[in-house]
Amino acid sequence: MLTEENLKKAEELKKRYPETKAALLPILWIAQEQEGYISEDMMKYLGTMLNLPFAHILGVVSFYTMYHDKPLGRYHLEVCTNVSCMLRGSDKILQTIEHVCGVKPGQTSADGKWTVNEVECMGACGGAPMIAIGEEYYENLTPEKTEELLKKLSQR
Amino acid sequence: MERYILPDIPNLHKIDAYEQHGGYSALKKALGMNPAEVTDEVKKSNLRGRGGACFPTGLKWTFMPKDNAKPKYLCVNGDESEPGTFKDRQIFEFNPHQLIEGTLIGCYAMGITSAYIYIRGEYGKWIKMLQKAVDDAYAKGYIGQNILGSNFSTNIYLHKGAGAYICGEESSLMESLEGNRGYPRVKPPFPAQRGVWNCPTTINNVETMTNVPLIINNGWEWYSKIGVAKHPGPILVGISGHVNKPGVYEVATGELLTDLIYNYAGGVPGNKKIKAVIPGGSSTMILRGEQIEGVRMDADSLKAAGSSVGTAGMIVMDEDTDLIRVISRISKFYYHESCGQCTPCREGTGWLWKILKRFEAGEGRIQDIDLLVDIANNIEGNTICALGDAAAWPVQSMVKRFRDEFEKRAKKDAVAAA
Ligand SMILES: Cc1cc2nc3c(=O)[nH]c(=O)nc-3n(C[C@H](O)[C@H](O)[C@H](O)COP(=O)(O)O)c2cc1C
Ligand code: SF4
Ligand code: FES
Repeated sequence: MLTEENLKKAEELKKRYPETKAALLPILWIAQEQEGYISEDMMKYLGTMLNLPFAHILGVVSFYTMYHDKPLGRYHLEVCTNVSCMLRGSDKILQTIEHVCGVKPGQTSADGKWTVNEVECMGACGGAPMIAIGEEYYENLTPEKTEELLKKLSQR
Repeated sequence: MERYILPDIPNLHKIDAYEQHGGYSALKKALGMNPAEVTDEVKKSNLRGRGGACFPTGLKWTFMPKDNAKPKYLCVNGDESEPGTFKDRQIFEFNPHQLIEGTLIGCYAMGITSAYIYIRGEYGKWIKMLQKAVDDAYAKGYIGQNILGSNFSTNIYLHKGAGAYICGEESSLMESLEGNRGYPRVKPPFPAQRGVWNCPTTINNVETMTNVPLIINNGWEWYSKIGVAKHPGPILVGISGHVNKPGVYEVATGELLTDLIYNYAGGVPGNKKIKAVIPGGSSTMILRGEQIEGVRMDADSLKAAGSSVGTAGMIVMDEDTDLIRVISRISKFYYHESCGQCTPCREGTGWLWKILKRFEAGEGRIQDIDLLVDIANNIEGNTICALGDAAAWPVQSMVKRFRDEFEKRAKKDAVAAA
Protein backbone atom coordinates (compact mmCIF):
# COMPACT_ATOMS: atom_id res chain seq x y z
CA MET A 1 0.00 0.00 0.00
CA LEU A 2 1.21 3.47 -0.78
CA THR A 3 1.32 5.99 2.04
CA GLU A 4 -1.13 8.85 1.91
CA GLU A 5 1.60 11.21 0.81
CA ASN A 6 2.71 8.87 -1.96
CA LEU A 7 -0.86 8.38 -3.09
CA LYS A 8 -1.09 12.11 -3.59
CA LYS A 9 2.12 12.02 -5.59
CA ALA A 10 0.74 9.20 -7.70
CA GLU A 11 -2.39 11.23 -8.44
CA GLU A 12 -0.24 14.16 -9.53
CA LEU A 13 1.83 11.90 -11.77
CA LYS A 14 -1.23 10.60 -13.57
CA LYS A 15 -2.02 14.13 -14.73
CA ARG A 16 1.21 14.30 -16.69
CA TYR A 17 0.10 11.75 -19.23
CA PRO A 18 -2.89 11.44 -21.54
CA GLU A 19 -3.30 7.80 -20.40
CA THR A 20 -3.14 6.48 -16.86
CA LYS A 21 -1.03 3.49 -17.81
CA ALA A 22 1.88 5.79 -18.56
CA ALA A 23 2.10 6.66 -14.89
CA LEU A 24 3.05 3.06 -14.13
CA LEU A 25 6.83 3.46 -14.32
CA PRO A 26 6.98 6.58 -12.15
CA ILE A 27 4.54 5.05 -9.66
CA LEU A 28 6.63 1.88 -9.48
CA TRP A 29 9.56 4.14 -8.62
CA ILE A 30 7.58 5.67 -5.78
CA ALA A 31 6.54 2.24 -4.52
CA GLN A 32 10.11 1.02 -4.62
CA GLU A 33 11.41 4.08 -2.81
CA GLN A 34 8.80 3.55 -0.12
CA GLU A 35 9.31 -0.19 0.43
CA GLY A 36 12.80 -0.81 -0.89
CA TYR A 37 11.41 -3.26 -3.42
CA ILE A 38 8.19 -4.13 -5.21
CA SER A 39 6.36 -7.06 -3.66
CA GLU A 40 3.71 -9.14 -5.36
CA ASP A 41 1.13 -7.58 -3.05
CA MET A 42 2.25 -4.14 -4.13
CA MET A 43 1.92 -5.15 -7.77
CA LYS A 44 -1.63 -6.35 -7.15
CA TYR A 45 -2.45 -3.19 -5.25
CA LEU A 46 -1.11 -1.00 -8.05
CA GLY A 47 -3.00 -3.10 -10.56
CA THR A 48 -6.27 -2.25 -8.84
CA MET A 49 -5.28 1.36 -8.47
CA LEU A 50 -4.31 1.82 -12.13
CA ASN A 51 -6.82 -0.64 -13.52
CA LEU A 52 -4.11 -2.77 -15.07
CA PRO A 53 -3.82 -6.55 -15.05
CA PHE A 54 -1.37 -8.00 -12.56
CA ALA A 55 0.41 -9.76 -15.43
CA HIS A 56 1.13 -6.43 -17.09
CA ILE A 57 2.71 -5.03 -13.96
CA LEU A 58 4.71 -8.18 -13.35
CA GLY A 59 5.88 -8.02 -16.96
CA VAL A 60 7.04 -4.44 -16.58
CA VAL A 61 8.75 -5.03 -13.23
CA SER A 62 10.64 -8.00 -14.61
CA PHE A 63 11.66 -6.26 -17.85
CA TYR A 64 13.52 -3.37 -16.22
CA THR A 65 16.67 -4.21 -14.26
CA MET A 66 16.21 -1.39 -11.78
CA TYR A 67 12.96 -2.65 -10.30
CA HIS A 68 13.50 -5.27 -7.64
CA ASP A 69 10.94 -7.82 -6.54
CA LYS A 70 13.00 -8.75 -3.47
CA PRO A 71 14.55 -6.65 -0.74
CA LEU A 72 18.19 -5.66 -1.25
CA GLY A 73 20.96 -5.14 1.26
CA ARG A 74 21.32 -1.81 3.00
CA TYR A 75 23.90 -0.79 0.43
CA HIS A 76 23.39 -1.79 -3.16
CA LEU A 77 26.78 -1.78 -4.87
CA GLU A 78 26.58 -1.69 -8.63
CA VAL A 79 29.91 -2.36 -10.24
CA CYS A 80 30.29 -1.40 -13.88
CA THR A 81 32.34 -3.95 -15.80
CA ASN A 82 31.65 -2.73 -19.31
CA VAL A 83 34.50 -1.94 -21.71
CA SER A 84 35.71 1.48 -20.53
CA CYS A 85 35.68 0.35 -16.92
CA MET A 86 37.23 -2.99 -17.80
CA LEU A 87 40.10 -1.25 -19.57
CA ARG A 88 40.81 0.69 -16.42
CA GLY A 89 40.69 -2.15 -13.94
CA SER A 90 37.09 -2.84 -12.91
CA ASP A 91 38.18 -6.46 -12.27
CA LYS A 92 40.20 -5.38 -9.30
CA ILE A 93 37.40 -3.21 -7.98
CA LEU A 94 34.99 -6.11 -8.16
CA GLN A 95 37.50 -8.43 -6.47
CA THR A 96 38.02 -5.92 -3.69
CA ILE A 97 34.30 -5.65 -3.13
CA GLU A 98 33.81 -9.41 -3.17
CA HIS A 99 36.61 -9.73 -0.66
CA VAL A 100 35.48 -7.00 1.74
CA CYS A 101 31.76 -7.74 1.57
CA GLY A 102 32.13 -11.49 1.34
CA VAL A 103 29.63 -11.88 -1.49
CA LYS A 104 29.61 -12.59 -5.21
CA PRO A 105 27.71 -10.51 -7.76
CA GLY A 106 23.99 -11.16 -7.49
CA GLN A 107 24.20 -11.93 -3.78
CA THR A 108 23.28 -10.17 -0.56
CA SER A 109 25.48 -10.60 2.49
CA ALA A 110 24.10 -12.62 5.40
CA ASP A 111 23.99 -9.56 7.66
CA GLY A 112 21.86 -7.78 5.06
CA LYS A 113 24.38 -5.01 4.69
CA TRP A 114 25.55 -5.47 1.11
CA THR A 115 24.06 -6.42 -2.21
CA VAL A 116 26.57 -6.57 -5.03
CA ASN A 117 25.72 -6.53 -8.71
CA GLU A 118 27.72 -6.34 -11.89
CA VAL A 119 26.12 -3.75 -14.15
CA GLU A 120 26.37 -2.46 -17.70
CA CYS A 121 27.78 0.94 -18.66
CA MET A 122 26.50 3.57 -16.22
CA GLY A 123 27.37 6.59 -18.38
CA ALA A 124 30.44 7.43 -16.35
CA CYS A 125 33.14 5.99 -18.60
CA GLY A 126 35.28 9.11 -18.20
CA GLY A 127 35.51 8.30 -14.50
CA ALA A 128 36.23 4.60 -14.98
CA PRO A 129 36.41 2.40 -13.05
CA MET A 130 33.29 3.28 -11.13
CA ILE A 131 30.59 1.91 -8.92
CA ALA A 132 27.21 3.28 -7.96
CA ILE A 133 25.63 2.99 -4.54
CA GLY A 134 22.04 4.13 -4.74
CA GLU A 135 22.05 7.40 -6.66
CA GLU A 136 25.63 8.21 -5.79
CA TYR A 137 28.41 7.58 -8.32
CA TYR A 138 31.94 6.82 -7.11
CA GLU A 139 34.38 7.32 -9.95
CA ASN A 140 38.11 6.97 -10.63
CA LEU A 141 38.33 4.17 -8.12
CA THR A 142 41.34 2.15 -7.07
CA PRO A 143 41.20 -0.97 -4.89
CA GLU A 144 42.49 1.17 -2.00
CA LYS A 145 39.86 3.85 -2.45
CA THR A 146 37.18 1.19 -2.76
CA GLU A 147 38.25 -0.46 0.45
CA GLU A 148 38.26 2.87 2.24
CA LEU A 149 34.79 3.66 0.98
CA LEU A 150 33.42 0.31 2.10
CA LYS A 151 34.98 0.73 5.53
CA LYS A 152 33.40 4.13 5.91
CA LEU A 153 29.98 2.80 4.93
CA SER A 154 30.44 -0.17 7.21
CA GLN A 155 30.90 2.11 10.20
CA ARG A 156 27.76 4.10 9.53
CA MET B 1 37.30 26.84 -30.00
CA GLU B 2 34.75 28.71 -27.98
CA ARG B 3 32.43 26.32 -26.22
CA TYR B 4 28.70 26.58 -26.79
CA ILE B 5 27.20 23.46 -25.25
CA LEU B 6 29.33 23.35 -22.13
CA PRO B 7 30.69 26.89 -21.88
CA ASP B 8 33.03 27.79 -19.10
CA ILE B 9 30.58 29.92 -17.13
CA PRO B 10 30.28 29.41 -13.38
CA ASN B 11 26.83 28.41 -12.08
CA LEU B 12 25.33 28.24 -15.54
CA HIS B 13 22.98 25.55 -14.26
CA LYS B 14 21.23 28.23 -12.23
CA ILE B 15 18.53 30.12 -14.04
CA ASP B 16 19.79 33.58 -13.03
CA ALA B 17 23.26 32.91 -14.38
CA TYR B 18 21.80 31.43 -17.54
CA GLU B 19 19.64 34.51 -18.08
CA GLN B 20 22.55 36.85 -17.40
CA HIS B 21 24.43 35.18 -20.22
CA GLY B 22 21.68 35.59 -22.75
CA GLY B 23 19.67 32.56 -21.74
CA TYR B 24 16.10 32.26 -23.04
CA SER B 25 16.71 35.02 -25.60
CA ALA B 26 16.51 32.41 -28.35
CA LEU B 27 13.08 31.38 -27.06
CA LYS B 28 11.93 35.00 -27.17
CA LYS B 29 13.28 35.34 -30.69
CA ALA B 30 11.63 32.11 -31.83
CA LEU B 31 8.26 33.18 -30.44
CA GLY B 32 8.50 36.25 -32.67
CA MET B 33 8.99 34.09 -35.76
CA ASN B 34 6.41 31.80 -37.26
CA PRO B 35 6.89 28.11 -36.50
CA ALA B 36 7.74 27.16 -40.07
CA GLU B 37 10.50 29.77 -40.08
CA VAL B 38 11.99 28.23 -36.95
CA THR B 39 12.02 24.76 -38.50
CA ASP B 40 13.50 26.19 -41.67
CA GLU B 41 16.30 27.83 -39.74
CA VAL B 42 17.16 24.49 -38.10
CA LYS B 43 16.94 22.74 -41.44
CA LYS B 44 19.29 25.18 -43.16
CA SER B 45 21.78 24.97 -40.31
CA ASN B 46 22.42 21.32 -41.24
CA LEU B 47 22.25 20.27 -37.58
CA ARG B 48 22.37 16.49 -37.45
CA GLY B 49 21.19 14.38 -34.54
CA ARG B 50 23.67 13.60 -31.80
CA GLY B 51 21.90 10.41 -30.69
CA GLY B 52 23.78 8.08 -33.00
CA ALA B 53 22.37 8.13 -36.51
CA CYS B 54 23.32 11.71 -37.54
CA PHE B 55 19.86 12.25 -39.02
CA PRO B 56 19.19 15.87 -40.16
CA THR B 57 17.16 17.45 -37.37
CA GLY B 58 15.28 20.12 -39.34
CA LEU B 59 14.21 17.55 -41.91
CA LYS B 60 12.90 15.28 -39.16
CA TRP B 61 10.82 18.17 -37.82
CA THR B 62 9.19 18.69 -41.23
CA PHE B 63 7.83 15.13 -41.12
CA MET B 64 5.40 16.19 -38.41
CA PRO B 65 1.93 16.65 -39.90
CA LYS B 66 0.69 20.21 -39.84
CA ASP B 67 -3.04 19.88 -40.03
CA ASN B 68 -3.84 17.01 -37.73
CA ALA B 69 -6.39 17.29 -34.99
CA LYS B 70 -4.46 14.94 -32.70
CA PRO B 71 -2.04 16.25 -30.11
CA LYS B 72 1.65 15.98 -31.02
CA TYR B 73 4.52 15.02 -28.79
CA LEU B 74 8.24 15.57 -28.45
CA CYS B 75 10.36 12.99 -26.71
CA VAL B 76 13.82 14.12 -25.78
CA ASN B 77 16.10 11.12 -25.56
CA GLY B 78 18.34 11.08 -22.52
CA ASP B 79 18.57 7.34 -22.15
CA GLU B 80 22.33 7.51 -22.82
CA SER B 81 23.21 3.86 -22.33
CA GLU B 82 25.50 3.02 -25.24
CA PRO B 83 28.78 1.90 -23.65
CA GLY B 84 31.40 4.62 -23.98
CA THR B 85 28.81 7.41 -23.93
CA PHE B 86 28.60 9.89 -21.07
CA LYS B 87 27.96 13.31 -22.60
CA ASP B 88 24.27 14.09 -22.04
CA ARG B 89 24.86 13.77 -18.32
CA GLN B 90 27.16 16.80 -18.59
CA ILE B 91 24.33 18.81 -20.08
CA PHE B 92 21.93 17.86 -17.26
CA GLU B 93 24.53 18.95 -14.75
CA PHE B 94 26.13 22.00 -16.30
CA ASN B 95 23.74 23.49 -18.84
CA PRO B 96 20.22 22.18 -18.23
CA HIS B 97 18.49 25.41 -19.23
CA GLN B 98 19.89 25.37 -22.73
CA LEU B 99 18.38 21.90 -23.12
CA ILE B 100 15.06 23.20 -21.80
CA GLU B 101 15.22 26.22 -24.08
CA GLY B 102 15.94 24.04 -27.11
CA THR B 103 13.10 21.74 -26.16
CA LEU B 104 10.70 24.68 -25.92
CA ILE B 105 11.78 26.00 -29.30
CA GLY B 106 11.29 22.55 -30.82
CA CYS B 107 7.80 22.39 -29.32
CA TYR B 108 6.96 25.79 -30.75
CA ALA B 109 8.28 24.89 -34.19
CA MET B 110 6.26 21.67 -34.36
CA GLY B 111 3.12 22.83 -32.54
CA ILE B 112 3.69 20.53 -29.59
CA THR B 113 2.12 21.07 -26.18
CA SER B 114 3.79 18.29 -24.17
CA ALA B 115 7.42 17.27 -24.21
CA TYR B 116 8.81 14.33 -22.27
CA ILE B 117 12.48 14.12 -21.45
CA TYR B 118 13.23 10.43 -20.99
CA ILE B 119 16.28 9.86 -18.79
CA ARG B 120 17.88 6.59 -17.79
CA GLY B 121 16.99 5.55 -14.25
CA GLU B 122 20.61 5.30 -13.13
CA TYR B 123 20.86 9.09 -13.52
CA GLY B 124 18.60 9.69 -10.51
CA LYS B 125 20.88 12.41 -9.22
CA TRP B 126 20.97 14.19 -12.56
CA ILE B 127 17.22 13.86 -13.02
CA LYS B 128 16.85 15.87 -9.82
CA MET B 129 19.22 18.52 -11.15
CA LEU B 130 17.25 18.83 -14.38
CA GLN B 131 13.95 18.81 -12.47
CA LYS B 132 15.16 21.77 -10.43
CA ALA B 133 15.94 23.64 -13.65
CA VAL B 134 12.52 22.75 -15.09
CA ASP B 135 10.80 23.95 -11.90
CA ASP B 136 12.70 27.24 -12.04
CA ALA B 137 11.80 27.71 -15.69
CA TYR B 138 8.12 27.11 -14.87
CA ALA B 139 8.33 29.66 -12.05
CA LYS B 140 9.69 32.27 -14.44
CA GLY B 141 7.05 31.63 -17.08
CA TYR B 142 9.30 30.01 -19.68
CA ILE B 143 7.35 26.76 -19.48
CA GLY B 144 3.60 26.44 -18.99
CA GLN B 145 0.65 28.52 -20.09
CA ASN B 146 1.08 31.49 -22.46
CA ILE B 147 4.83 31.44 -22.43
CA LEU B 148 6.29 34.95 -22.17
CA GLY B 149 2.87 36.42 -22.82
CA SER B 150 2.43 34.65 -26.15
CA ASN B 151 -0.32 32.30 -27.29
CA PHE B 152 2.07 29.41 -27.02
CA SER B 153 1.72 26.97 -24.12
CA THR B 154 3.63 23.80 -23.46
CA ASN B 155 4.60 21.50 -20.63
CA ILE B 156 7.86 19.68 -20.07
CA TYR B 157 7.88 16.48 -18.01
CA LEU B 158 10.76 14.28 -17.01
CA HIS B 159 10.28 10.54 -17.30
CA LYS B 160 12.65 8.23 -15.48
CA GLY B 161 13.68 4.98 -17.15
CA ALA B 162 14.42 1.89 -15.11
CA GLY B 163 17.48 0.21 -16.51
CA ALA B 164 17.11 -0.98 -20.10
CA TYR B 165 19.50 0.00 -22.88
CA ILE B 166 16.90 -0.83 -25.48
CA CYS B 167 14.69 2.03 -24.26
CA GLY B 168 17.08 4.43 -26.00
CA GLU B 169 15.81 3.08 -29.30
CA GLU B 170 13.08 5.51 -30.25
CA SER B 171 10.12 3.17 -30.56
CA SER B 172 11.11 1.28 -27.43
CA LEU B 173 11.33 4.63 -25.65
CA MET B 174 7.76 5.38 -26.63
CA GLU B 175 6.58 1.99 -25.40
CA SER B 176 8.35 2.62 -22.13
CA LEU B 177 6.79 6.06 -21.86
CA GLU B 178 3.37 4.49 -22.32
CA GLY B 179 3.98 2.23 -19.34
CA ASN B 180 4.94 -0.96 -21.18
CA ARG B 181 7.93 -3.22 -21.51
CA GLY B 182 10.34 -1.60 -23.92
CA TYR B 183 9.68 -3.67 -27.03
CA PRO B 184 10.62 -1.79 -30.20
CA ARG B 185 7.88 -1.36 -32.79
CA VAL B 186 7.98 -2.37 -36.42
CA LYS B 187 8.51 0.61 -38.72
CA PRO B 188 6.72 1.98 -40.69
CA PRO B 189 4.64 3.64 -39.40
CA PHE B 190 7.28 6.11 -38.34
CA PRO B 191 6.87 8.15 -35.15
CA ALA B 192 5.86 11.31 -37.04
CA GLN B 193 2.86 9.39 -38.39
CA ARG B 194 2.09 7.25 -35.39
CA GLY B 195 4.19 7.72 -32.31
CA VAL B 196 3.49 7.78 -28.63
CA TRP B 197 -0.23 7.27 -27.80
CA ASN B 198 -0.74 6.84 -31.54
CA CYS B 199 -0.06 10.53 -32.06
CA PRO B 200 2.57 12.26 -34.23
CA THR B 201 5.85 12.26 -32.32
CA THR B 202 9.39 13.50 -32.79
CA ILE B 203 12.30 11.98 -30.92
CA ASN B 204 15.55 13.89 -30.57
CA ASN B 205 18.64 13.43 -28.48
CA VAL B 206 19.44 15.70 -25.51
CA GLU B 207 22.56 17.16 -27.12
CA THR B 208 20.67 17.74 -30.38
CA MET B 209 18.08 19.88 -28.59
CA THR B 210 20.78 21.77 -26.71
CA ASN B 211 22.15 22.96 -30.08
CA VAL B 212 18.86 24.53 -31.13
CA PRO B 213 19.06 27.82 -29.17
CA LEU B 214 22.46 28.51 -30.77
CA ILE B 215 20.97 28.25 -34.23
CA ILE B 216 18.04 30.53 -33.43
CA ASN B 217 20.19 33.12 -31.67
CA ASN B 218 22.98 33.30 -34.21
CA GLY B 219 21.27 32.20 -37.40
CA TRP B 220 21.77 29.11 -39.54
CA GLU B 221 24.66 30.61 -41.50
CA TRP B 222 26.73 31.19 -38.41
CA TYR B 223 26.02 27.72 -37.13
CA SER B 224 26.72 25.93 -40.38
CA LYS B 225 30.20 27.43 -40.43
CA ILE B 226 31.25 25.72 -37.23
CA GLY B 227 33.22 22.60 -38.08
CA VAL B 228 32.42 20.55 -41.16
CA ALA B 229 29.73 21.93 -43.50
CA LYS B 230 27.81 18.66 -43.99
CA HIS B 231 27.79 17.84 -40.30
CA PRO B 232 28.42 21.12 -38.54
CA GLY B 233 28.33 22.46 -35.04
CA PRO B 234 29.87 21.88 -31.70
CA ILE B 235 29.97 18.24 -30.66
CA LEU B 236 30.57 16.60 -27.31
CA VAL B 237 33.17 13.88 -27.56
CA GLY B 238 33.52 11.49 -24.65
CA ILE B 239 36.95 9.93 -24.46
CA SER B 240 37.56 6.93 -22.25
CA GLY B 241 39.84 3.94 -21.94
CA HIS B 242 43.60 4.25 -22.15
CA VAL B 243 44.11 8.01 -22.13
CA ASN B 244 45.67 10.24 -19.51
CA LYS B 245 42.74 12.61 -19.22
CA PRO B 246 39.48 10.83 -19.96
CA GLY B 247 36.42 13.05 -20.09
CA VAL B 248 33.94 14.93 -22.25
CA TYR B 249 35.44 17.49 -24.61
CA GLU B 250 33.51 19.97 -26.68
CA VAL B 251 35.02 20.55 -30.10
CA ALA B 252 33.83 21.57 -33.54
CA THR B 253 32.95 18.61 -35.76
CA GLY B 254 35.84 17.54 -37.94
CA GLU B 255 38.42 17.45 -35.18
CA LEU B 256 41.18 14.92 -35.88
CA LEU B 257 40.85 11.79 -33.76
CA THR B 258 44.58 12.02 -33.04
CA ASP B 259 44.15 15.60 -31.76
CA LEU B 260 41.31 14.47 -29.56
CA ILE B 261 43.40 11.70 -28.09
CA TYR B 262 46.76 13.43 -27.81
CA ASN B 263 45.86 17.09 -27.27
CA TYR B 264 42.57 16.96 -25.48
CA ALA B 265 42.78 13.66 -23.63
CA GLY B 266 46.49 13.95 -22.89
CA GLY B 267 47.70 10.94 -24.86
CA VAL B 268 48.14 7.34 -23.84
CA PRO B 269 49.58 6.45 -20.42
CA GLY B 270 53.19 5.31 -20.59
CA ASN B 271 53.34 6.63 -24.16
CA LYS B 272 52.17 3.29 -25.37
CA LYS B 273 51.02 2.80 -28.92
CA ILE B 274 47.34 2.72 -29.74
CA LYS B 275 46.16 -0.68 -30.78
CA ALA B 276 42.54 0.14 -31.49
CA VAL B 277 39.92 2.85 -31.26
CA ILE B 278 36.15 2.55 -31.07
CA PRO B 279 35.15 6.01 -32.30
CA GLY B 280 31.50 6.45 -31.34
CA GLY B 281 30.19 4.10 -28.68
CA SER B 282 30.47 0.32 -28.50
CA SER B 283 28.27 -0.36 -31.53
CA THR B 284 30.49 1.55 -33.97
CA MET B 285 33.07 -0.32 -35.99
CA ILE B 286 36.45 -0.67 -34.38
CA LEU B 287 39.48 0.89 -36.11
CA ARG B 288 43.11 -0.20 -35.93
CA GLY B 289 45.44 2.29 -34.28
CA GLU B 290 47.27 3.04 -37.51
CA GLN B 291 43.93 3.59 -39.26
CA ILE B 292 42.95 6.68 -37.31
CA GLU B 293 45.67 8.86 -38.84
CA GLY B 294 43.93 11.78 -40.62
CA VAL B 295 40.44 10.60 -39.63
CA ARG B 296 38.11 13.26 -38.28
CA MET B 297 35.15 13.29 -35.93
CA ASP B 298 32.40 13.85 -38.48
CA ALA B 299 29.96 11.67 -40.37
CA ASP B 300 31.73 11.58 -43.75
CA SER B 301 35.27 11.19 -42.50
CA LEU B 302 34.46 8.31 -40.18
CA LYS B 303 32.30 6.67 -42.80
CA ALA B 304 35.18 6.79 -45.26
CA ALA B 305 37.38 5.20 -42.60
CA GLY B 306 34.93 2.34 -42.23
CA SER B 307 33.15 3.35 -39.05
CA SER B 308 30.74 6.00 -37.85
CA VAL B 309 30.31 8.90 -35.45
CA GLY B 310 27.62 7.19 -33.39
CA THR B 311 27.42 9.01 -30.09
CA ALA B 312 31.02 10.30 -30.34
CA GLY B 313 31.90 8.19 -27.32
CA MET B 314 35.43 7.22 -28.17
CA ILE B 315 37.18 4.29 -26.47
CA VAL B 316 40.96 4.15 -26.80
CA MET B 317 42.89 0.91 -26.34
CA ASP B 318 46.64 0.67 -25.96
CA GLU B 319 48.98 -1.92 -27.44
CA ASP B 320 48.63 -4.30 -24.48
CA THR B 321 44.86 -4.57 -24.70
CA ASP B 322 43.27 -7.99 -24.95
CA LEU B 323 40.86 -7.31 -27.79
CA ILE B 324 39.25 -10.72 -27.55
CA ARG B 325 38.17 -9.83 -24.06
CA VAL B 326 36.93 -6.47 -25.30
CA ILE B 327 34.75 -7.94 -28.02
CA SER B 328 33.54 -10.67 -25.73
CA ARG B 329 32.45 -8.06 -23.19
CA ILE B 330 30.74 -5.99 -25.86
CA SER B 331 28.88 -9.05 -27.12
CA LYS B 332 27.80 -9.93 -23.61
CA PHE B 333 26.29 -6.47 -23.37
CA TYR B 334 24.19 -6.78 -26.52
CA TYR B 335 23.10 -10.27 -25.54
CA HIS B 336 22.04 -8.98 -22.15
CA GLU B 337 20.16 -6.02 -23.65
CA SER B 338 18.38 -7.79 -26.52
CA CYS B 339 14.66 -7.56 -25.85
CA GLY B 340 14.16 -10.99 -27.37
CA GLN B 341 11.45 -10.16 -29.92
CA CYS B 342 13.41 -11.18 -33.03
CA THR B 343 14.97 -14.59 -33.37
CA PRO B 344 18.19 -13.49 -35.13
CA CYS B 345 18.93 -10.95 -32.39
CA ARG B 346 17.79 -13.03 -29.43
CA GLU B 347 19.61 -16.20 -30.50
CA GLY B 348 22.44 -14.65 -32.51
CA THR B 349 23.69 -12.34 -29.77
CA GLY B 350 23.82 -15.33 -27.42
CA TRP B 351 25.78 -17.42 -29.92
CA LEU B 352 28.24 -14.61 -30.55
CA TRP B 353 28.93 -14.23 -26.87
CA LYS B 354 29.26 -17.97 -26.33
CA ILE B 355 31.80 -18.35 -29.13
CA LEU B 356 33.73 -15.30 -28.01
CA LYS B 357 33.90 -16.65 -24.49
CA ARG B 358 35.45 -19.77 -25.99
CA PHE B 359 38.13 -17.64 -27.64
CA GLU B 360 38.70 -15.82 -24.39
CA ALA B 361 39.39 -19.15 -22.73
CA GLY B 362 41.70 -20.25 -25.54
CA GLU B 363 39.12 -22.81 -26.66
CA GLY B 364 38.01 -21.18 -29.90
CA ARG B 365 38.31 -23.16 -33.12
CA ILE B 366 39.81 -21.65 -36.21
CA GLN B 367 36.57 -22.16 -38.18
CA ASP B 368 34.72 -20.24 -35.44
CA ILE B 369 36.23 -17.04 -36.78
CA ASP B 370 34.15 -17.22 -39.93
CA LEU B 371 31.22 -18.54 -37.96
CA LEU B 372 31.23 -15.33 -35.94
CA VAL B 373 31.01 -13.28 -39.12
CA ASP B 374 28.33 -15.56 -40.46
CA ILE B 375 26.17 -15.13 -37.39
CA ALA B 376 26.72 -11.37 -37.34
CA ASN B 377 25.78 -11.13 -41.02
CA ASN B 378 22.60 -13.03 -40.33
CA ILE B 379 21.59 -10.63 -37.59
CA GLU B 380 22.40 -7.44 -39.49
CA GLY B 381 19.40 -6.02 -41.29
CA ASN B 382 17.10 -8.87 -40.26
CA THR B 383 15.60 -7.47 -37.10
CA ILE B 384 12.90 -5.06 -35.95
CA CYS B 385 15.29 -2.52 -34.52
CA ALA B 386 18.91 -1.51 -34.91
CA LEU B 387 20.10 -3.23 -31.74
CA GLY B 388 20.70 -6.24 -33.94
CA ASP B 389 23.00 -4.19 -36.18
CA ALA B 390 24.64 -2.67 -33.13
CA ALA B 391 25.51 -6.18 -31.98
CA ALA B 392 26.75 -7.27 -35.41
CA TRP B 393 28.99 -4.35 -36.36
CA PRO B 394 31.56 -4.62 -33.57
CA VAL B 395 32.02 -8.34 -34.24
CA GLN B 396 32.24 -7.94 -38.01
CA SER B 397 34.77 -5.14 -37.73
CA MET B 398 36.81 -6.86 -35.04
CA VAL B 399 37.24 -9.97 -37.17
CA LYS B 400 37.92 -7.94 -40.29
CA ARG B 401 40.54 -5.75 -38.67
CA PHE B 402 42.03 -8.03 -36.04
CA ARG B 403 41.74 -11.49 -37.48
CA ASP B 404 45.29 -12.17 -36.25
CA GLU B 405 44.13 -11.75 -32.65
CA PHE B 406 41.54 -14.48 -33.11
CA GLU B 407 44.03 -16.79 -34.80
CA LYS B 408 46.49 -16.30 -31.98
CA ARG B 409 43.83 -17.20 -29.44
CA ALA B 410 42.40 -20.21 -31.23
CA LYS B 411 43.08 -23.68 -29.81
CA LYS B 412 46.63 -24.66 -30.66
CA ASP B 413 45.82 -28.08 -32.14
CA ALA B 414 43.04 -26.51 -34.17
CA VAL B 415 45.52 -24.09 -35.69
CA ALA B 416 47.91 -26.90 -36.50
CA ALA B 417 45.18 -29.00 -38.13
CA ALA B 418 44.12 -26.10 -40.30
C1 LIG C 1 19.57 0.04 -29.42
C2 LIG C 1 19.51 1.53 -29.60
C3 LIG C 1 19.78 2.35 -28.52
C4 LIG C 1 19.73 3.73 -28.65
N1 LIG C 1 20.01 4.52 -27.57
C5 LIG C 1 19.93 5.86 -27.69
C6 LIG C 1 20.17 6.70 -26.57
O1 LIG C 1 20.47 6.24 -25.46
N2 LIG C 1 20.07 8.05 -26.73
C7 LIG C 1 19.74 8.60 -27.95
O2 LIG C 1 19.64 9.80 -28.05
N3 LIG C 1 19.52 7.83 -29.02
C8 LIG C 1 19.60 6.48 -28.93
N4 LIG C 1 19.33 5.70 -30.02
C9 LIG C 1 18.92 6.37 -31.27
C10 LIG C 1 17.44 6.71 -31.26
O3 LIG C 1 16.71 5.60 -31.76
C11 LIG C 1 17.11 7.93 -32.12
O4 LIG C 1 17.64 7.74 -33.39
C12 LIG C 1 17.65 9.22 -31.58
O5 LIG C 1 17.27 9.43 -30.25
C13 LIG C 1 17.16 10.37 -32.42
O6 LIG C 1 17.71 11.58 -31.98
P1 LIG C 1 18.63 12.48 -32.90
O7 LIG C 1 18.03 12.50 -34.27
O8 LIG C 1 18.59 13.80 -32.24
O9 LIG C 1 19.98 11.86 -32.90
C14 LIG C 1 19.41 4.31 -29.91
C15 LIG C 1 19.16 3.48 -30.99
C16 LIG C 1 19.22 2.10 -30.85
C17 LIG C 1 18.95 1.24 -32.04
S1 SF4 D 1 16.62 -6.35 -32.83
FE1 SF4 D 1 16.89 -7.25 -30.79
S2 SF4 D 1 16.45 -5.56 -29.40
FE2 SF4 D 1 15.63 -4.94 -31.42
S3 SF4 D 1 13.50 -5.62 -31.38
FE3 SF4 D 1 14.67 -7.32 -32.22
S4 SF4 D 1 15.19 -8.64 -30.45
FE4 SF4 D 1 14.53 -6.66 -29.66
S1 FES E 1 31.87 1.48 -19.11
FE1 FES E 1 31.68 1.75 -16.99
S2 FES E 1 30.58 3.62 -16.88
FE2 FES E 1 30.71 3.30 -19.02
